[in-house]
Amino acid sequence: MNLKDVCDKLELKVLAGNNGLERDINGVYICDLLSWVMANAQKGDAWITVMTHSNVIAVASLLELGCIIVPEGIEVEAESLAKADEEGIPVLASGLTAYKLATGLYELEIGK
Amino acid sequence: METMKYTFNVEKDDFVRAGEASSNIKKILRQLGIDPGLIRRLSIASYEAEINIVIHSHGGQMELELAPDFVRIVASDKGPGIENIELAMQEGYSTATEKIREMGFGAGMGLPNMKKCTDEFKVESVYGKGTTITMEISLKAGD
Repeated sequence: MNLKDVCDKLELKVLAGNNGLERDINGVYICDLLSWVMANAQKGDAWITVMTHSNVIAVASLLELGCIIVPEGIEVEAESLAKADEEGIPVLASGLTAYKLATGLYELEIGK
Repeated sequence: METMKYTFNVEKDDFVRAGEASSNIKKILRQLGIDPGLIRRLSIASYEAEINIVIHSHGGQMELELAPDFVRIVASDKGPGIENIELAMQEGYSTATEKIREMGFGAGMGLPNMKKCTDEFKVESVYGKGTTITMEISLKAGD
């Protein structure tokens, strides 16, 4: 599913990377340990993480992840958002928990 | 094709720029039309090595060497060196500080990840001096 449609359906707020919203999201990966994500997340995944420092953008960019979703209304540093714009990685915010986000994404048949 | 070499400096504690050397290495590999699966493995290995320099060392560099039949990445730093390489190679073992772990680093997966992703992997370290990690992926047909 197109990322823009995902944002509309789950009411995700786009914080950065507007130019990447047309891409398709193929799966979901949830983890906060960067090495673990590096080893296991797949290209095109939506990555749900509470980590918001700028190295998260580097990981997403290297793996060509589809987007980063920050749960529970956590604020993201301006520095990270600037880097996300630069790298073309959409960063999306939600008030939901990672679990609720995951079930929402599943209902949209992402990664099913 | 001649052998080409590129060198990138990596600063200690610079978490904003951490990953840039790996990002540059990936761009070069992509321009050369290297297989995407191999690029992924090299990107993971290179990122882990780069992050280790940022977290654990006094600074260092990443060197990319492209030959007709292999890609080699050499990550070297100015110390302090690894006290016990055998322990460092164990999954889950890390000497990272609490602050570093809070950022999501220091899972103790860096060196094992590098080894898994590459065909040749070598750690040389002199405690008190520095560490050099040499990693290679073969480009020969059939790989």
